[in-house]
Amino acid sequence: MPVFEGLSGRLQDIFKDLRKRGKLNEADVDNALREIRLALLEADVHYSVVKAFTRRVRERAVGVEVAKSLTPGQQVVKIVHEELIRTLGHSGQLDLRGNTPHVVMLVGLQGSGKTTTAAKLALHLRKQGQIPLMVAADTYRPAAVDQLVALGKQLNIPVHEEGVDRAPTDIAYNGVEKGKRENASLVIIDTAGRLQIDPDMMDELVSIRDRVSPAEILLVADAMTGQEAVNIAEGFNNQVGLTGLILTKIDGDARGGAAISMREVTGVPIKFLGTSEKADGLEVFHPDRLSSRILGMGDVLSLIERAETLEIEEEEALAMQQKMRTASFTLEDFRKQLKQMKKLGSLNQILEMAGLGQAVDQIEPEALDRQLKVFEAIMNSMTPHERERPRILNASRRKRIAAGSGTSVQDVNQLIKQFQTAQRMMKKLSKQKLPANFRGLLG
Amino acid sequence: MLRESLSRTRQAFIGKLTAVFGASELTDDTWDEVEALLIQADLGVETALEVTQTLRRKVSSEGLTTRVQLKTALKETLLEMLPEPSPLALDEPRQLSVVLVVGTNGSGKTTTIAKLARRFADQGRRPILAAADTFRAAAIDQLKVWGERVNVPVIAAQPGADPGAVTYDAIRAARARGYDLLFVDTAGRLHTKYNLMEELKKVHHVAAKNVHEAPHEVWLVLDGITGQNALQQAKHFKADVGVTGVIVTKLDSSARGGMIFSITRDLDLPVRYIGIGEGLDDLIPFSAPDFVAALLD
Repeated sequence: MPVFEGLSGRLQDIFKDLRKRGKLNEADVDNALREIRLALLEADVHYSVVKAFTRRVRERAVGVEVAKSLTPGQQVVKIVHEELIRTLGHSGQLDLRGNTPHVVMLVGLQGSGKTTTAAKLALHLRKQGQIPLMVAADTYRPAAVDQLVALGKQLNIPVHEEGVDRAPTDIAYNGVEKGKRENASLVIIDTAGRLQIDPDMMDELVSIRDRVSPAEILLVADAMTGQEAVNIAEGFNNQVGLTGLILTKIDGDARGGAAISMREVTGVPIKFLGTSEKADGLEVFHPDRLSSRILGMGDVLSLIERAETLEIEEEEALAMQQKMRTASFTLEDFRKQLKQMKKLGSLNQILEMAGLGQAVDQIEPEALDRQLKVFEAIMNSMTPHERERPRILNASRRKRIAAGSGTSVQDVNQLIKQFQTAQRMMKKLSKQKLPANFRGLLG
Repeated sequence: MLRESLSRTRQAFIGKLTAVFGASELTDDTWDEVEALLIQADLGVETALEVTQTLRRKVSSEGLTTRVQLKTALKETLLEMLPEPSPLALDEPRQLSVVLVVGTNGSGKTTTIAKLARRFADQGRRPILAAADTFRAAAIDQLKVWGERVNVPVIAAQPGADPGAVTYDAIRAARARGYDLLFVDTAGRLHTKYNLMEELKKVHHVAAKNVHEAPHEVWLVLDGITGQNALQQAKHFKADVGVTGVIVTKLDSSARGGMIFSITRDLDLPVRYIGIGEGLDDLIPFSAPDFVAALLD
């Protein structure tokens, strides 16, 4: 996507000589918004949603004081980012008040990932103390019932199924009744994929809804969806009434602009993101991460963030970059980097953009989050001297660090190993030209 | 049939288009609106701009003024971007042809394979299917059900088995039992997943090693609702397993499939078939004139 590759660069070019004090004027804002508009369209945000959005930003931005550390362009990007986060809304929790079992209905197009999501959701909520039952109400797609049954078996979650000859409405109803009898606290109904323009199939959803009175009706939608997202979301919302959205396959490299479109036309919150093929690949939605992904300006945003909150001096950043290039990079630096990366929240995407997809594939995002926490704890238990000279970490030091951080020596070993890998990676990277986006992260 | 299903929910789109072309004077707004319409059909900003500029040049050089002329010119411009593809490698006589069917999760590979098997069986070929999606729960069962419905054998192993091994078994079975066309159903995978793409390369390798010049076609199944990420998908799958053509599914939805223009232009990949419904006969050869007509008429 050439538009993207050059985007941040172009933005910075436009404003290179415009480091100025004072308020954003209309020209400043319009210049930046031209690029923003392209970014959003390339991210698959719907045309008219982009139009309304840029209008809102324009209104907000003109006249805003440019922060000392920012260029006008960066200031606009900052406002755009904030407005995007606002548009994406808060991370929505499931509404599980009221009588049990709470009924959750999953709806969506064919292939959006409903069945997989049903299992992920059941697992996720079981971890929170719910007792789930899944209901196989997709009698159309061959082996859809088998798929849910197989997933239930893998996860040890009961599945109510009646084959493919009964009406989905009856199956759903019987499933909920069974849930009541067996003291399930949560019944998740997997429905067949359907087009929002298919009146018979939409009527079926309405009749299931009316039979089981779900607490939640969640639209499961593919993160790769294009301009159609508005019609899909609107179609399902108008006909069935949605309470939330789940965006799947977010572990690809689609920017996920469909999320904005769907939010804008339905007004219902995004509740979860599907982040991998694994059963635990379901994450609670974070608007800031998705916003920076949709904008595709991780480097600009991190720059803004640094300029505003981290206040890292230019020289220090440069020194860090130099260290990475020469691989005289220590655990202390590693710790700082991890902290910054965590704030960016999209290490995954940055690595992808840097052409390090291989590395991403080996680390699951959720596992990564957990691991980063462990790593941080370990590094915090080291002395500054140890962080500067990881080579001195002998067995007794490692033992002490493990005890101090509440981890095991294996964890400490793993950190050191990962650190060495990172060091090697830096060395390798320094031999090639650093991709622009990665450079943004480093410096 | 295509036109009927493609035009099902295009009324709004066409209404706008008519309004654009019905305007008595061509202004900058007209071009902005044409561009907007193309973007909304998922052509992407760059391609939409390119089409609009070409159209603009045409209008001024040929002195077009009427609504009908403008629409014809747009049609021509879009058609020029979809050149006539080379004949299918499957049409060459060969003892066994192998087709690898690849794509992201949920794009419709398994259903498409069933429809392909039906289509080629109707043409007098003897298709056989390999259930090489051993990852997704019940994917094997799904293909088996389809196999029964279209009366085509399915070679399968246990869930979790090596997809390369399944492909190998299927090649041997095809040879032993005199089938001449093997479709390999692979697991859905995101093109960004390194390990899964490596696994797919292995399946490709198994086919290449065991059948002369195989795979003869590698078809990427793209969900018709996909936006600009379609180009990335096609790029990666082409680089990794040499995709030779694209099948766009679910075009009976309200989606317009405009992303095929950039895929054809940037990657030189022809669209071979489109899926227009859930029925077994709802996979039809791609026709550029029909596609463009359905997009605009």
